Amino acid sequence: MSNDKKPTNMGRPGMHALGKKEKPRDIKKTLKRIFSYTNEYKFRLTVIFFAVIVYASAGVAGTYMLKPLINNYIVPFIGKSDTDLSGFITMLLLMAAVYLLGVIAILTATRLMVGVSTGTLLKIRLDLFAAMEKLPLKYHDNHTQGELMSRFTNDVDALRDMISQGIIQLINAGLTVISIFIVMLVLSPVLTALMLVMLLIMIQIIKFIGKRSRNYFVKQQNALGKLNGYIEEIIEGQKVVKVFCYEQNSKESFNERNEVLRKSAAGAYTFANILMPIMGNLSYINFAITAAIGGMLVVFGRLDIGTIGAYLQYTRSFSQPLTQASGIFNAVLSALAGAERIFAVIDEEPETDDGDITLVNAEFDEAGQITESSCRTGLWAWKQIKENNEAFLTPLRGDVRFIDAYFSYDGEHNVLKNIDLYAKPGQKIALVGSTGAGKTTITNLLTRFYDLDQGKILYDGINIKRIKKDDLRHSLAMVLQDTHLFTGTVMENIRYGRLSAGDDEVITAARRANADFFISHLPQGYQTVITADGANLSQGQRQLLAIARAAVADPPVLILDEATSSIDTRTEALIEQGMNDLMLGRTVFVIAHRLSTVRNAAAIIVLENGQIIERGSHNELLALQARYYQLYTGMFELT
Amino acid sequence: MIKKLLPYIGEYKKQAILSPVTVIIEVIIEVFIPFLMAKIIDVGIKNGDIPYMFKIGGVMIVLALMSMTFSALAGRFAAVAATGFASNLRKKLFYKVSEFSFANLDRIPTASLITRLTTDVTNTQMSFMLIIRILVRAPFMMIMATSMAIAINARLSIVFLTSVPILAAAMTLIILLAFPRFKQMLTRYDKLNSLVQENLQAIRVVKAFVREDHEISKFSQAAKELRNYQQKAEKLVALNMPLMSLAIYACIMAICWRGGNLIIAGGMQTGELFSFISYVIQILMALVMISMVLVNIVLSKASAERIIEVLDEKIDITDEEADASLQVEDGSIIMDNVSFSYSKNPDNLTLQNISLTINSGETVGIIGGTGSAKTTLVQLIPRLYDVYSGTVKVGGHDVRNYQLTTLRNACSMVLQKNLLFSGTIRDNLRWGNPHATEEQMKAACQTACADEFIQKFEGGYDYLIEQGGVNVSGGQRQRLCIARALLKNPKIIILDDSTSAVDVATDTKIRNALRKELKATTKIIIAQRLSSIIEADKIIVMNEGQINDIGTHEQLLARNEIYKDIYFSQQKGVS
Repeated sequence: MSNDKKPTNMGRPGMHALGKKEKPRDIKKTLKRIFSYTNEYKFRLTVIFFAVIVYASAGVAGTYMLKPLINNYIVPFIGKSDTDLSGFITMLLLMAAVYLLGVIAILTATRLMVGVSTGTLLKIRLDLFAAMEKLPLKYHDNHTQGELMSRFTNDVDALRDMISQGIIQLINAGLTVISIFIVMLVLSPVLTALMLVMLLIMIQIIKFIGKRSRNYFVKQQNALGKLNGYIEEIIEGQKVVKVFCYEQNSKESFNERNEVLRKSAAGAYTFANILMPIMGNLSYINFAITAAIGGMLVVFGRLDIGTIGAYLQYTRSFSQPLTQASGIFNAVLSALAGAERIFAVIDEEPETDDGDITLVNAEFDEAGQITESSCRTGLWAWKQIKENNEAFLTPLRGDVRFIDAYFSYDGEHNVLKNIDLYAKPGQKIALVGSTGAGKTTITNLLTRFYDLDQGKILYDGINIKRIKKDDLRHSLAMVLQDTHLFTGTVMENIRYGRLSAGDDEVITAARRANADFFISHLPQGYQTVITADGANLSQGQRQLLAIARAAVADPPVLILDEATSSIDTRTEALIEQGMNDLMLGRTVFVIAHRLSTVRNAAAIIVLENGQIIERGSHNELLALQARYYQLYTGMFELT
Repeated sequence: MIKKLLPYIGEYKKQAILSPVTVIIEVIIEVFIPFLMAKIIDVGIKNGDIPYMFKIGGVMIVLALMSMTFSALAGRFAAVAATGFASNLRKKLFYKVSEFSFANLDRIPTASLITRLTTDVTNTQMSFMLIIRILVRAPFMMIMATSMAIAINARLSIVFLTSVPILAAAMTLIILLAFPRFKQMLTRYDKLNSLVQENLQAIRVVKAFVREDHEISKFSQAAKELRNYQQKAEKLVALNMPLMSLAIYACIMAICWRGGNLIIAGGMQTGELFSFISYVIQILMALVMISMVLVNIVLSKASAERIIEVLDEKIDITDEEADASLQVEDGSIIMDNVSFSYSKNPDNLTLQNISLTINSGETVGIIGGTGSAKTTLVQLIPRLYDVYSGTVKVGGHDVRNYQLTTLRNACSMVLQKNLLFSGTIRDNLRWGNPHATEEQMKAACQTACADEFIQKFEGGYDYLIEQGGVNVSGGQRQRLCIARALLKNPKIIILDDSTSAVDVATDTKIRNALRKELKATTKIIIAQRLSSIIEADKIIVMNEGQINDIGTHEQLLARNEIYKDIYFSQQKGVS
């Protein structure tokens, strides 16, 4: 982890993901937003919607037809010998047709839904990833990786469940309930009023249990977050635990958290488990009460017995979809809450770029004038479009100046104060200072990962704010202390520096960085696949790859941020030749702890507490007998 | 597999048994309810017998209330049993991992271990709950509903006796076909997630090389691939609902046809027909439930297997041969012809024939190129790994004779890859000694040159360290780790490249302080920087797993080529 670079006093919200609210803030808005992703599926969604209507109505109609089937075509023939079954058969065939229609409808709906749901998720995923890539570095520095990762895993998964299963079920349940309700209302308004009372009671119970259950689930989620965090921390540090014989203590802390989780989880699952059976049994009670009250109404002559019979049938099929819907309701709520978090990331302000000066390949024409070239010439120029639409080229030389620069990460504590420094083209500038002195911040500003609060940075005389960020970064290559590799072959990883580089160029670059030797000893040489951020390579080997990557990028300005800190000094000496070769003719910023690597710099800048305290060549600074001298002689005090 | 996991039910055995029992009682009661409903329609309404309707209605309400009670009890028991089981399992896993040696930890990657303790346990808990509730309920429901249906009309039962096997076969077929597709989908899903993870880790590199669009197109390709596989898998599963509807409808039709004929012939009542239909629906629903639970169990089988793998992992460093009374007398170290292999393979030795003697109180420097096995060598001293052959003696006794706690408390080691834990600085320091006084802590921090910056933190020693120590700088973290190790008051302290992020001046200060404050303690220092070890009593030069030379700085500079190389590579340019 790049801890050296992290400003130490920044308020890192960190554990956002825990204790998250499972309740969406604005359901309507979020639903609308999700729907906006289904625009291209409008037609299919309409078909799905109608298909579900057909399915739900077919179910209700089928049940409704049972009554005439029995009353009109069966009951009259009971006990008779000369039965005319043609009406019965016709009715049965009609029912079969209705049911078949229902099956075809639901088949169509579910099949179409797969396409819609996977397509919608794809679009959301793409948007989320694109947003994540374009977020300013500040956002990444302020949020844990786990937090953003959980947008991609937990939140997208919850959304997937909701879209692929929830929608059809909810529409179906809703339609079934509505159509049955209408039929019931037609049959008996009085009993339906009774039904409504029961329904209200049921909803109250769902609400009551739902609230309890949600409370426990939030508790459980918190407990789970805390326990998992602890497990993660301790298992990651298990080797330290072993060295300190801390096993007993960690077990005790673990048990405490484990017990808290067990209790809240038991509560959460209890309520989740009992909701469905309670609802199911309530519907039986409802049935019995309806039967009894219906019976009384018959006694008072308000209702005929046949209607009660039919009515009771519907009572039974009414509560089932309701219970079902209540089961998925919580899932839908948490999916919507997840969707809100996803959209919040998508809506984050992306890295802005208001620069208009671009980097172009250039060449000198016969008259010695610099002109733009369409192919790679090894020569670059900054292209500025003047008001009269005329292009103005400034050759890229690599002259970098910081003028009275001030910067703070949090708006309060200045990490850099009053920084004035210059690097002339082709100069090697070394930044020296203890950790936290602000060395890496300087490179963060040059690459515009962060922007200055005050002052300016000039690049070949141009304020870097006017240069397009991408082009600015194209002109610089960084080798960082923490080398990150990507899944893929060694070849691909080096080529990351310049995607258009051919295999031979990659190999040449690897040779220059002295990486060729170890690469050719890998099982498949350059085609060896690197997995899990290069876990199978040593730190030193990874740094060599990173240097090769910068070599293949071949930029005019190089930034080496502790690039060789993990390489032993002998190996470092070996690659130094390659590095020097690489640095030839380029402006180079070197950040190093090891003073041996900075001795030959054109200028050494000593930083302390965000300020430049010394500047000069190695010999000048030694002659000064101040901080650099102390550092340097500290290293060799015994020789 | 079940046999291995079953014992972890432990004290929740009562609930684990009561849950299926109450579920069965609930099912028995519930199965009778449609029967009563049929009676209300067939007898009560048909005959206009209102008192009868009241009576049966009353019975029904009582039964529903009983069923509700039992189902609530079953839900509670299942929840307590399942979460208790999971909690026991998690505990056992955590305890097991605590026993792991370094070799065990190397074998199972950290991320994978964490998944096993978190996601895998949760999956297993879910399956366990499904088994004791649904997998008891559904088959029992099928049996009960079948008997009720047969009781109503044996001749009609041919309908579901044929439809159930057909539906079961169709569903099994879907599962069997879908399973490999889901597996393929999950591989793509993992790939996508690791791509995201990679990007989050390397965002600085991505941005520095302006590769955002390149990464987006990579992601887009992977996401589209995932979508294709997801579509393939889900299209199959999407057949379940239509199939289920088809089965239910077909059964209703068949029952109406056969039942209608029976009613006409006087062999059946109309109410019985409705009851029959509802029993058949219950049977089919139970079947769907079983198939759903089975899918879930099959999917979480992998989780259970991963858990068992951890439980079955053989711990290779134990206290078995240890003598509990044996104490570490002094900080002397003797290695006698030691060889070591991470893979326990004599053809792949990381260390070969190492013999050396270090006297108590000496300062020893170890130097050598990357991969020369410096770290491996020192890890044998606190017995983080066991030798392949030869012996390592600390304080005159073989390290295997000490209890691990005794040995490791006497040998304090600052690991190269060191960590702080969330909590205050004080909490972190107490890892070294839980009973350390303020003065002791301050003294250790002063020796490690940490006191100065701690004082500057808000709250000083109460400053909150975040997980992994991300809110202190690398150099500060290293110094805190050294202070933590010092608090053990060890006989031997090993610093494995522990000051690499500390500036040279501070590094020198720390070494001077160590020399002054820890006279009797053996100090072993691995370093890249020659200056860190130059004044050591002994310097060990490592090369490719073997000791190349041992001597003082002057001796080595005079005779050892590797040492000279290192020296001049760090010295170059100094006049």
